[in-house]
Amino acid sequence: MVDTGRQKAGSERESDDFRLSRRGVLALAGATSIVALPSAAQPGSAEGGKGETMQVTLRTNGETHRLDLDPRQSLLDVLRDRLDLTGTKKGCNQGACGACTVLANGRRIVSCLTLAAMYDGAEITTIEGLASQGELHPLQAAFVEHEALQCGFCTPGQIMSGVACIAEGHAGSPDEIRAWMSGNICRCAAYPGIVAAIGEAGRVRG
Amino acid sequence: MIPFTLEQVRTLEAAVRAGADGGRYIAGGTTLVDLMREEVERPEHLVDINALPLAAIRADGDALAIGALARMSDVAAHPEVRRHQPLIAEALVEGASPQLRNMASIGGNLLQRVRCPYFRMRDAACNKRDPGSGCAALHGINHGHAVLGTSGYCIATHPSDLAVALVALDATMRVVGPEGERSFAVEELYRLPGDTPHLEHTLRPGELIVEVQVPGGAHARRARYLKVRDRASYEFAVVSAAVALDLAGDLVREARVAVGGVGTRPWRLRAVEAALAGRRAGRESFEAAAQLAAEGAAPREHNAYKVELLPRTIVRALEMAGGTA
Repeated sequence: MVDTGRQKAGSERESDDFRLSRRGVLALAGATSIVALPSAAQPGSAEGGKGETMQVTLRTNGETHRLDLDPRQSLLDVLRDRLDLTGTKKGCNQGACGACTVLANGRRIVSCLTLAAMYDGAEITTIEGLASQGELHPLQAAFVEHEALQCGFCTPGQIMSGVACIAEGHAGSPDEIRAWMSGNICRCAAYPGIVAAIGEAGRVRG
Repeated sequence: MIPFTLEQVRTLEAAVRAGADGGRYIAGGTTLVDLMREEVERPEHLVDINALPLAAIRADGDALAIGALARMSDVAAHPEVRRHQPLIAEALVEGASPQLRNMASIGGNLLQRVRCPYFRMRDAACNKRDPGSGCAALHGINHGHAVLGTSGYCIATHPSDLAVALVALDATMRVVGPEGERSFAVEELYRLPGDTPHLEHTLRPGELIVEVQVPGGAHARRARYLKVRDRASYEFAVVSAAVALDLAGDLVREARVAVGGVGTRPWRLRAVEAALAGRRAGRESFEAAAQLAAEGAAPREHNAYKVELLPRTIVRALEMAGGTA
């Protein structure tokens, strides 16, 4: 299916500055092919009363966004395609891999198995919201220190889940970390580094 | 995903009215959103019930009342649940992942759909999804399927761990619908597939689960959930057992045994319980009673191992609960 939420209409947030990021290059490269595709289910189109957009307010990493959303859009797709918060990854898109883990009102959830319209008013924290003033979050630093990744695709989900795992008090031992991080799959099997990083960040915090 | 409309309700009355008009209730959405994306579920109107005041967890002595909108993680971590009904906490923590437990509600957990791969595979025959189309699992990859309560129309297992624990504990549920309120045993929520596997539960149109009630008792403190699965965590049960023992010295006064992963619904084993009553708690009586567990089992090509694994799982769970492991 064609991406339904490419356009930025409805978002109050203006891009502060334009940086030539990897994402930006990919978006430019894809632009011509997107034009050629039929536009399925554009937000705002009415299909017998269905397919109409809903007004939703999301707070992401401290910024407020008022959005018109198709009720079918997941929080994951809204974060990535409407708010350009592409650190949150789409792995399985069926709640099995954990790559899309974010915090909603402080609790870790898989953002793929959601309807974004049901998170009206919620406070969402993504991987982009962890570092403060250029300083990595302690768990991000621990992931670097312990080489807790190879390809890196699952890493944002691992870190968001790990932050919650520590906050919940479930990082007391390697076995406990493994059980409470089991919702995050790593195909590169960087698990020893992931467990070590969460263990260390948990001890420092604890 | 097929287009739908989404309505947010603030009162139970508004919810039931929308449900009676054909709306589908949605809470955590972890089953429904997934199956809607696969177009296995095609609701036209969703009723978001998360704003209803149904998330409270109350203890009355050692009995519990759990609101249907309480999240799995909150129930599992609740001190009164852990103290009075540790079986419920253990069954919840053994289910899903931390992220899903933060999202999924208790009512939704009990009404989750089956995990048979053919159910979510739209080009495969499935009587549950498309009545009359057949059952691809009968002669397919049926390693994970049921051996008890099956029919020639469906052999999918019921996936909820919590439901197995609640059935063992004689829990009841309170539902509200267009014709008012009623209560019944959680066990009675579930239908056998028979020749109508698309009918999974006994709720009437528009009825909403509002609360689960768990009676207390001496058995509840000596209760364990053992889940055997293909990996250590975040996996559905191959076989699971919820057992509770009321002991007088080393004699079994009363036993409760329910099993998961083997039945088309959460499966209470009253014959096993009767065989344990009055016996000395120990390996010998546990093994003798557990031999009755697989009576009437109808294994298929790839799941006959469950007939052997089932009594072994029950024996181990009884030993864990009885402190004799």
